[in-house]
Amino acid sequence: MELIKDGIRYDGRKVDELRPMEAKVGVLKNADGSAMFKLGNTVAVAGVYGPRKVYPKHQEEAERAILRTKYNMAPFATSERNRPGTNRRSTEISMVTRNAILPLLFLDDFPKTAIDVHIEILRADASTRCVGINAAVLALADAGVPMRGFVASCSAGIVEGKVVLDIAGKEDTEGELDLPVAYYPEKDEVTLLQMDGITNNAEAKEIIKLAVKGAKDMIEVQKNALREKYKLEGAE
Amino acid sequence: MIHMDPMSIRNSIDEGKRLDGRPMDKYRDISVEVDVVGSAHGSARVKMGDTEVIAGVKVETGTPFGDRPDEGVLMVGAEFVPLASADFESGPPSEGAIEVSRVTDRAIRESKVVDFKKLCITPGEKVRMVYVDVNVMNDDGNLIDACSIAALAALLTTQVPKLDEDGNLTEESEGPLPMNGKPVCTTFAKIGKQIILDPTRTEGMAVDARLTIGTFEKDGKIEFCAMQKGGIHGFAVKELEQMIDMAEEKGKGVREIVDWAVQKKK
Repeated sequence: MELIKDGIRYDGRKVDELRPMEAKVGVLKNADGSAMFKLGNTVAVAGVYGPRKVYPKHQEEAERAILRTKYNMAPFATSERNRPGTNRRSTEISMVTRNAILPLLFLDDFPKTAIDVHIEILRADASTRCVGINAAVLALADAGVPMRGFVASCSAGIVEGKVVLDIAGKEDTEGELDLPVAYYPEKDEVTLLQMDGITNNAEAKEIIKLAVKGAKDMIEVQKNALREKYKLEGAE
Repeated sequence: MIHMDPMSIRNSIDEGKRLDGRPMDKYRDISVEVDVVGSAHGSARVKMGDTEVIAGVKVETGTPFGDRPDEGVLMVGAEFVPLASADFESGPPSEGAIEVSRVTDRAIRESKVVDFKKLCITPGEKVRMVYVDVNVMNDDGNLIDACSIAALAALLTTQVPKLDEDGNLTEESEGPLPMNGKPVCTTFAKIGKQIILDPTRTEGMAVDARLTIGTFEKDGKIEFCAMQKGGIHGFAVKELEQMIDMAEEKGKGVREIVDWAVQKKK
């Protein structure tokens, strides 16, 4: 099957077009902060607890808060059921997610506490780590955790030899390359970068720039979701 | 390992000086020795300064994955055994060990240099399973590059065991593992404003961000097959581009060292 024809992808998008996005802040009652982020058919919900006491106690740090992130995919999120629980993939994603978000936080302001971010992927159609990060940043803001700015995460890749933004569906299984980034505009820095697949020097640079551009657009969606929940009555 | 507080490491790097006197863009001395473990089908020992790792390959048979019924299976794992560092503990693998395993695996797998189709015995039923296990013997930093070099050298010297009439493994070899390229990982780190190559364990304590880039050569051109950013801070896009350029040349140098070790053995 041809996935790109005359510059249009099989799902009707242009090569540099994101899937439709939706974000909602405050979706869970118990969590101190929570958010849902949806990108096409990929759906993530994030919940934040803390800053709170650290258990187990030995993880506590005297001079700063610790950030713990947990990425988990629901068994029903994929076409074939995936075995519940932690695996090597989810451990790695939890780690890169933590590193993507860490630069935003003022950990020194909350010594001896833990900030726990739980990410649950409810439906997976590529870019799950990106969507999880987008939800997590919103949940942290919703929890009132002070932050230096925003981080958004987006992927770009290669499908049938063409550089495309936000790989999805058949592009994910049949595409040649996937490169997720997380971008922190206040510092103009990339805080997550991974790549699977074959490319060359010039193309690698082009893909990074495209993914960063996509992430910038996602930050607007994040900001709007926060404004939606925290707008003041009668204010502009 | 030299004990030093991260602040003085940062200050010294900022002045353009590394603790071991190396230029910012140089690897430590790398030595590669192949066929070091008789019980493995392929093996290699890599020393990179004081970092030392041993990789062993075992080729067995097993069932293919459902979505790839006619392809063999490759699995790369890195084990941080407690003898290698005061920081390593026995028990389930740490996040760090999982990352080293997965990035090493990614570079080899994504480059597609192992011909998985040739490792199929009976489609849907029986294929060759190639297990690459890397043991870290002494950790002085940059384990990803050391493990990836060891895994590659071990794979390049792997002899696939012959099967008997009933499909059981024999002691005899059928020939080398089908491979058509040499992917290696090159790891950079940012400390302050400086980008350094091949950070040691001591330098690792002061690292803001890290980037590993997997490269290999195909038809005389350098291709990129994997990337992984680590560390708690970010990189500017310009810095990423600078490291992509540097990785081309640095990967080449590492491949020459591997080639030399493999050729010497032949």
